[in-house]
Amino acid sequence: MYAQMVKSEGMKSRDEMSPEELAFQDRIDRGEKIEPKEWMPEGYRKTLIRQIGQHAHSEIVGQLPEGNWITRAPTLERKAILLAKVQDEAGHGLYLYSAAETLGVSRDDLMEKLHSGAMKYSSIFNYPTLNWADMGAVGWLVDGAAIMNQVPLQRTSYGPYSRAMIRICKEESFHQRQGYAIMMKMAAGTPAQKEMAQDALNRFWYPSLMMFGPSDAESVHSAQSMAWKIKINTNDELRQKFVDQTVPQAHYLGLSIPDENLRWNEEKGGYDFSEPDWSEFFEVIKGNGPCNRERLGARVKAWDDGEWFREGLYAHAEKAAHRRMAATTAAE
Amino acid sequence: MSRKEWPLWEVFIRGQHGLNHRHVGSLHAPDAEMAIHHARDVYTRRKEGVSIWVVKSNDITASSPSEKGPLFDPAETKAYRHPTFFDIPDEVGHM
Repeated sequence: MYAQMVKSEGMKSRDEMSPEELAFQDRIDRGEKIEPKEWMPEGYRKTLIRQIGQHAHSEIVGQLPEGNWITRAPTLERKAILLAKVQDEAGHGLYLYSAAETLGVSRDDLMEKLHSGAMKYSSIFNYPTLNWADMGAVGWLVDGAAIMNQVPLQRTSYGPYSRAMIRICKEESFHQRQGYAIMMKMAAGTPAQKEMAQDALNRFWYPSLMMFGPSDAESVHSAQSMAWKIKINTNDELRQKFVDQTVPQAHYLGLSIPDENLRWNEEKGGYDFSEPDWSEFFEVIKGNGPCNRERLGARVKAWDDGEWFREGLYAHAEKAAHRRMAATTAAE
Repeated sequence: MSRKEWPLWEVFIRGQHGLNHRHVGSLHAPDAEMAIHHARDVYTRRKEGVSIWVVKSNDITASSPSEKGPLFDPAETKAYRHPTFFDIPDEVGHM
């Protein structure tokens, strides 16, 4: 997902838990929200920092593939819409960094970890956006997959994270719909445009399925995160849900899912489908995807190039504060 | 290269319908003026408000989680503070 393969700190059975840990787990089981200054196990705090941080990084890096097309949008209206969407992603990143900061980490530290490669962002943003149809596919599929994960996370146990997710979900549905609207327009256009839409779907289908991460049904990390309610569904559950929701939407467009094994399975009430190529996923995670270097390079450059501006504003703020102080002293 | 981080601000927004300013989140900004600008961009992209307050997070004093009991438990036994505590016969009409 936007946070992939986040490791949880060890799973404990009830007999192994300290009284504090037991009380904490009971609160979560009762559906209570955990708030910043309250006691929490160190593992819960660390896992959340990793997860929320990675999620925030994904929002920020996720601006890049779409930013690529702002200057080349086909109409002024499309351009304004895409700008608004990319601006939302920046906002979503900021909500999430704030949530992570309540756990005692600074935003600059998180940024530094992103830039040094110590923290990751979602694998999906390491794929290129080659043409305008990709803006449709990204909104429809990538944001669609993100929503699958974000909607249940509104109920996560950590208050600030839950509140950030609620805000994000309110805005995210616009993203998916604008993407689908682009796909509708192209699928109903000239044969060449329809072909572009099909090509975009072909390229983004498996990377979108990878967003949910490899099967974690057997993973202890996943079990711990689920016990803490910072993960609500398994990766497989969410992937299945995504496929079941997306296939009819593709049919409506008159496009086909690039999977020969895709079949409705009456018994399970969902589609059977092919797994993505997980070796490709691990390569992308390791930094060898088509755009890893470009994306991280663009982030680091934006941060470094903005330094004089951040410092300038800081210097101005300090100067103004001194002037105010001097004026107050003079008046006394 | 300086490693100074912009301070954190808490943002409060008053919605359209004359309700109280409500805490919506936080952000980093070098000073109050920029904090208002950032708050506009980060928290009111969809006409969520007509007025913004910002206050430095450091300037907020919060009750501590360990005081929860002494502070809030006493209200638990005072159900008579709610109108529904009192049964008024139907014949009396709306009250």
